[in-house]
Amino acid sequence: MKILVQGKTQGIILKSQQAINFLGTVDKKTGIISDKNHELYDKSIKNSILVFPSGVGSSVGAYTIYSIKSNNTAPLAMICQKADLTVATGCALANIPLLVDDKMFTSLQTGEKISIDTESSNPITLL
Amino acid sequence: MELTKDEESALKGEQGEILQMAYRILVATGEATDAEKLIPIEWAHLSGVNYNTIGDAGEEFLSGISKKAKVKVRTTLNPMGFDIDNVSNYNLDDNFISKQLSIKNSYEAMGVTPSFSCIPYEIFDIPKEGTQVAFAESNAAIHANSYDNLKTNKESAFSALASAITGKSPYSSIRKEDSPNLTIRMKVKNPNELTYGMLGFFAGKVGDTSVNISGLGEMDNRQCKAMCGGMGTSGTCAKFLFGDGDVGCEKVDFDQKEMQNVHDELNTAEKGDLITLGSPQLGLEEMSDLAGKLKGRSFKKRCMIFCPRTVKEQARKIGYTNELERAGCEILSDCCTCLTPLINKNDVDSVTTNSIKGAFYLKNSNGVGVNLKSLSQIVEDETR
Repeated sequence: MKILVQGKTQGIILKSQQAINFLGTVDKKTGIISDKNHELYDKSIKNSILVFPSGVGSSVGAYTIYSIKSNNTAPLAMICQKADLTVATGCALANIPLLVDDKMFTSLQTGEKISIDTESSNPITLL
Repeated sequence: MELTKDEESALKGEQGEILQMAYRILVATGEATDAEKLIPIEWAHLSGVNYNTIGDAGEEFLSGISKKAKVKVRTTLNPMGFDIDNVSNYNLDDNFISKQLSIKNSYEAMGVTPSFSCIPYEIFDIPKEGTQVAFAESNAAIHANSYDNLKTNKESAFSALASAITGKSPYSSIRKEDSPNLTIRMKVKNPNELTYGMLGFFAGKVGDTSVNISGLGEMDNRQCKAMCGGMGTSGTCAKFLFGDGDVGCEKVDFDQKEMQNVHDELNTAEKGDLITLGSPQLGLEEMSDLAGKLKGRSFKKRCMIFCPRTVKEQARKIGYTNELERAGCEILSDCCTCLTPLINKNDVDSVTTNSIKGAFYLKNSNGVGVNLKSLSQIVEDETR
């Protein structure tokens, strides 16, 4: 497991099998995914633990992650299958905990409640 | 990643929220790219300047941090969206202009040198061999690693900004001695700058973090820049090494057929409504060369030339700008072809250029057709 951005939180998982392009896919005011072709279309990522393979698209998407945090519409934490620089820098700007773990990505499911503590020896626990 | 005590303390927020955020960016980037530690850098070059690319979110972010952040090392800046001296000649709305000026002010407030150039390697003195820097502009990072004996990651706008504020950067693989596992064999005869741009574009697609290139003859400045620009556009590769590389290297040929593939991908129009030169911006040598080529000739259509402000001023003193303007060129500083808001598909169907990097963004971001031609062909076809 890689810890890209540290932090401590708990919440309910929203999982996508599809990568997310934060630039242009997420409504910054509401946190709702606005791309009709996306698996999470019409769902809000606000206050979720967002689990997805990785970010794709323009690095400017990092500013979008910062914006949704400023608008209080951001996820509480993100867990990715693989690291990408757009999501990494976006979460760093916004101070959103970000973990990368292939196994966790596979096992975690939408609706599960987990707690995250990057200081702990067991950073992710099912509640 | 191993952090020093001082870096740990900054990451915890004991040295203020700006340094905390900057270290968060460096740690996130370093962990993502498997860097083992941070190292000091002496020069940062930032991207993320053009309002056309960073938008409202970028403008607001920079405005917010500029009240508290100060850069710690020499920091220079990529082009913005326009040249303030002639912006009224182009149809830009007031919102664009005021947001762009806000971005400019934010960077200046942080202590950044407002160079607005994508060719820092040509307009600033190059530090001594082996110096660690952090360049976000892709063509400049590749030029620095391949020609200038400097060492840099192909930074993002954010990691370069964090490096500017902290004076540190992740020590990842490209900063160490590298041995690429791929060699591209240059097989195209009589190459011009367009050929080198296409070679770079091809190399960026097939290469990993660095590639060897064999079969290159003497290259002029324009050709080197074209190759770096092309490579930076198509992938994550950050360095050329010249020669055959290790015996075990996989070999790939860049021949007429591969070149045609790149050409077919980027050349989408038979002719252009206007011409752009620059992406990367032109240096003084190219301005001089162009002024010479245009002696006694004039463009039959609009020709936009992009160069750094310092180059424009030098060129004016020597008399090149007079010659270029007489031949019908519009000379713009502080901005570039790449992601320019000054070319709009409502007014222009297609653009002629000799830049592979420019072609890629004109096609994909501006949504206009592109007609690729070498500079000598442009002068032959488009002037009288």
